[in-house]
Parts: sequence; structure tokens; C-alpha cells
Amino acid sequence: MPDPAVLEAVDVSMRFTVRGGLGRTATVRALEHVSLRLHRGRTVALVGESGSGKTTLARLFALMYQPTSGEIRLRGEPVGVRRGSTARAYYSEVQMVLQDPFASLNPMHTVRHNLRRALRLHHFDGDLEERMHELLRRVSLTPTQDFIGKLPHELSGGQRQRVSIARALAVAPKVLLGDEPISMLDVSMRLDLLNLLASLRDEEGLALLYITHDIASARYLAEEICVMYAGQLVEGGPAEQVIQNPQHPYTKLLLEASPDPARTVSAAGQSSFLPIADAGEPPSLIDPPGGCRFHPRCPVAKAECRTAFPARTSAADGHWTNCWLYTSESEAS
Amino acid sequence: MVLRFLSGWKVRAGLTVFLLFCLLALLGPWFCSSVLHISPTALDVDSVSTPPSAGHLLGTTASGQDVLAQLITGARQSMIAGLVASVLGTSIAVLVGVTAGLAGGVVDSVLTALTNVFLTMPAFALIFVISGYTQGGGPVVIGIIIGIFGWAGGTRALRSQTLSLRNRDFVVAMRMLGESRVRLALVEVLPHLIGWISAMFLGGFVGGVLAEAGLAFLGLSSASTVSWGSMISEAQQGNALLGGMWWWFAPPGLCIALLGASVTLVNFGIDEISNPRLRNARRTLVRRARQAAVKGADSDE
Repeated sequence: MPDPAVLEAVDVSMRFTVRGGLGRTATVRALEHVSLRLHRGRTVALVGESGSGKTTLARLFALMYQPTSGEIRLRGEPVGVRRGSTARAYYSEVQMVLQDPFASLNPMHTVRHNLRRALRLHHFDGDLEERMHELLRRVSLTPTQDFIGKLPHELSGGQRQRVSIARALAVAPKVLLGDEPISMLDVSMRLDLLNLLASLRDEEGLALLYITHDIASARYLAEEICVMYAGQLVEGGPAEQVIQNPQHPYTKLLLEASPDPARTVSAAGQSSFLPIADAGEPPSLIDPPGGCRFHPRCPVAKAECRTAFPARTSAADGHWTNCWLYTSESEAS
Repeated sequence: MVLRFLSGWKVRAGLTVFLLFCLLALLGPWFCSSVLHISPTALDVDSVSTPPSAGHLLGTTASGQDVLAQLITGARQSMIAGLVASVLGTSIAVLVGVTAGLAGGVVDSVLTALTNVFLTMPAFALIFVISGYTQGGGPVVIGIIIGIFGWAGGTRALRSQTLSLRNRDFVVAMRMLGESRVRLALVEVLPHLIGWISAMFLGGFVGGVLAEAGLAFLGLSSASTVSWGSMISEAQQGNALLGGMWWWFAPPGLCIALLGASVTLVNFGIDEISNPRLRNARRTLVRRARQAAVKGADSDE
């Protein structure tokens, strides 16, 4: 990689303590030793099932929690949970777009209020009104004067998500964290929004973290894909390599589960969707399986999969995976 | 926002009645003595227990006092007790409830414990004992006592509302913009509680008026002040119900009921402020209904 990472997670683990009734407590092991780097002008897609810890990682990047171990680094400087003006300084570089556009805007405040607060908080000195219209144009909410006075309930889901993005852009961040930004939108709106994110990345040099469970959109938008399963990163690398040549059995399962128009009809004229025999359920993170957490669902699980998490096997093109299948191979050769 | 708030007929009717009562409380005593030339305490020995007539518009009591004069003068005492009780009760509830909900941790635990203590206190019995002790303190003292013992119920509601609001996405989003905690509380969270707070305020107001009336009815207000409660109390002691003297107890009872109704009507309108969807839904519905009616009329012709 030519330039150093803007924002990175270094060996981050996160545990939550939940209190049940009668004073019982349990520990949720949401993330285990995760490292991820975001670079200027590049998109990293984080793919995985619901509950795999994707959002937890995004929230760690947004400093909502202090990681149990490991650290978040902004340009190599470790950062912790902060308040007041130091928090504001961090948020002027790192912004997040939340999943649900119907919940992420205060129903009592207009578009103008949201944008003005963002600009004011980050000491924008210039023509506020002009800058707000510029931001709305940037996210294609035109004519801007029609939108600036609107309340959230007067906007559609896609328009609200654009307002959220405009609000995040108002602080001129270096990093944008997208926590499933398109999953709640109509399918017809999704491509538009992906293209918007791509153009923001290219034109403003944003480092983009794109969290999704939809591997097809990850392929469309991202240069790099990381696959997460039950709080562990299991595979990653250049998007095309991960999609075309998946290594980890979980990545293969994910790819098989996603509808791909090109695969629907094979040469023989039959549907080439493989019947997924028993996809299984993601494990409970309170009492996760030992070793590789995927082993109960893995069709090719071996004895060592139950006991220890495999080391990382890297290929020359930057494609890597954590799977015993490849570890033993490389040791043998 | 204020103008929109005034657009519904319920709010207008409620506000009109409420403001009339406020005016009565403010100017009533002066109006009685200077314009009507009647006194709530003067005894007219020539007409005792008379039904409404030209001389006494709402009749007289068993001891010959003018009921209308008592009704007008009594408004002030009742309203002051209600106002003091609701301002005090609501302020404590908002302060404790919102702080507990937003702060969390130890602060929340302490404030919740305090709330629970006040919640489990037998409030009316305590009000009864203390107002018996401070007899003659007048409506302000009664209002203070009611306020101090009446805030706990609303506090729990406000705390749980704040707790749920605190982790809503839009609050999280503003926090990730770097918004300060005070502004998060005042600008993002508090407006969503306006409906609750105003309902508590207005409910507390009616509660204060009723409690004052109840205490006066039980004989626990100073003998020299005239309030709606003391009027009903005296009517009861004067056997008004048995004697068929409806003009003695019905007007103060109706006034209390009317005040409560007006406050409820105002509350409907406040609900629309804190939930913008309500007002627009209504307006678009009206517009659609009108369009449909016009179309229907066109097609009939």
C-alpha cells in the first residue's frame, strides 16, 4: 500500500457484559482480534451476517465504546473515547452514516437545522446558507430550496439517507463509515446511492468503510472486501480475488447464498443455484464455539478447527484467509 | 409552530375557557367590589338561602352571602393552588427524570431511589397532616405541599422516555457530530418530551385545583379565604343538598369540571406539536376529503 492508513483498528477485541434477570451476567464476545485499515480514496467492504460484529466495529471506529483490547488509530495515533472539544476534533475527520434513515434524523428538526448544526459545530466560517445548498447539491437533492426546509417525515427513505450523508459531509471528514447505508432503501434507490458514495470517495478522497451483508453491492463499490464471521475476520483481499476465488468455506457459503444474475442459467439451461443443504445458524456470541467459530457449520471441518483459530495465510496479491485448510497446506509444502 | 398550534377548534375552545378563568383569577376580586358591588363575605340577612334572582344573580347561602361573589373570588384561591402545585411538581419531575435518564449510572440509581421513596409515600395522607399543621397558610402553601408530594409519578414516565430517546439513532447521530451533552438534552431530547411535560403540567394543574378543593372540603384550609373547595364544604355543612339549594354547590363544582375540560382540550393541541405527523396527516386528510367532495360534486352534475 503506497500511503499509510488514515484510520485503522489494530487487534481490536470487544466484549459486552449483559445483565440478565436475578443479577446474572453474561459476556458477549462481539469482536476477537480484528485488524482493519482504511486508506484515502479507497473503499473497504465489511461483509458478514447479521450479528457478526460489523456494526460493533463501526461503532468502535466512531468511538462509541472503548475496545476491550487493542486500539483504534487515526493516522497512527491511538485514540480513546473522548468528550467535548477533543471528541469534536475526531468527529471532524471521521463521520458515520447509520443504517436506518427513518431513525437517524430527528423528526422535529428540518434539513436546515441538521446541516447548520453540523457546520456550526465544526466552525465553518463562510456563507452558511450557500454551503448548505452546496451540500444538498452534492447529494443530488435538487432543487435545493425545496428540500432545505423539509421535515424528515416529508422525505422518502432515499432522500433522508442523502440528508444523513450531507450532514456527515458537512464537517468535511476524511473517513466515512457507512453502516449498511443502503439496506433499508428501495432496491431502485440503492444503485444511485452506491454511485453517490463512489463519487464522493473518488472526488473528495474519502476513506470509506462500507458495511453490508450484500456481497454483490460490496463487489460493485469496494476495492477490498473483508469477510467477518461471528466477530472474527476470516478472509480478505482485493474484491475481485475474494469474489472469484473465495478461500474460506464461509465466503463460499455467502457467495452461494447471494443471487447472481449471471449464474441463474447454466450452459445446460438449468438453474445453477446450488441447493444449500444446511446453512445452519450463526453461533451465540455469549458462548461461541472454540477454535474457528465457523467449524460447526463448516462442510470441511477438521479436528484442529475445533481447538484453535488458524493463523493467517496470505497470497502474493494481498488475498488472505484464516483457515486450517490452507495453513496445513503451506506447512506441508 | 404557535400559529399552527392554535388552528384546531379544540385548542381554541380550551384556551379560551382557560384564559377566561385566568382573567377571573386575576381581576375577579376587583371586578366584584368595583363593578358588581358585591362582597363574598357580606351577610344579607334579608335574603337567606334564596334561589337566583335579580338581586343575587346566583342566589345566596344559608347565611346570606352572595354565591356569585364567592364564586368569582374563589377562582383566585383555587387557581393559585393549582398553578403553584403544577409549576413546582413539573419542574421537579423534569429536572429529576431527564437528568436520571440521560446521566445513567450512579446518578440514575440515586434519583430513581428518591423517586420511588416519594412514589410510595401515602401522598394524600401526608398532605392532609401537613396542611392540617400549617392551617391558615392559604393556597400557596397548599400548592407547595401538593407539588412536593405529587411529582414522583411523572418523573418515572419522563425517565423511561428519556432512556429510550437517549439511544435513538438520531441522538447517536448528533452525538457523532460532536454535539455537546447539554445541547443533546435540550435540543434533541427535550422537544420530544413536550407532550409529556405539558400533559403533566396541565394534569398537575387540575390535580392541584382538585386537591385544594378536597382539602378545603375536609376543612383544612384557612377559614378566612374563600375558594371553590370551601364553598362546596360550606354548602355541605349547610345541608344544601337536602334543602335543594343547588345554586350553592353546583357553580363551584361546574367551574372545577369546566377548568379540567379546558385543560384537556389544550392538551390535544400540544400532542400535535410534539408529533408533527399528527398535524400534517390531519391537513392532508382534509385536503383529500375536500378534493374528493369536489370531484364527487362534479361527477354528479
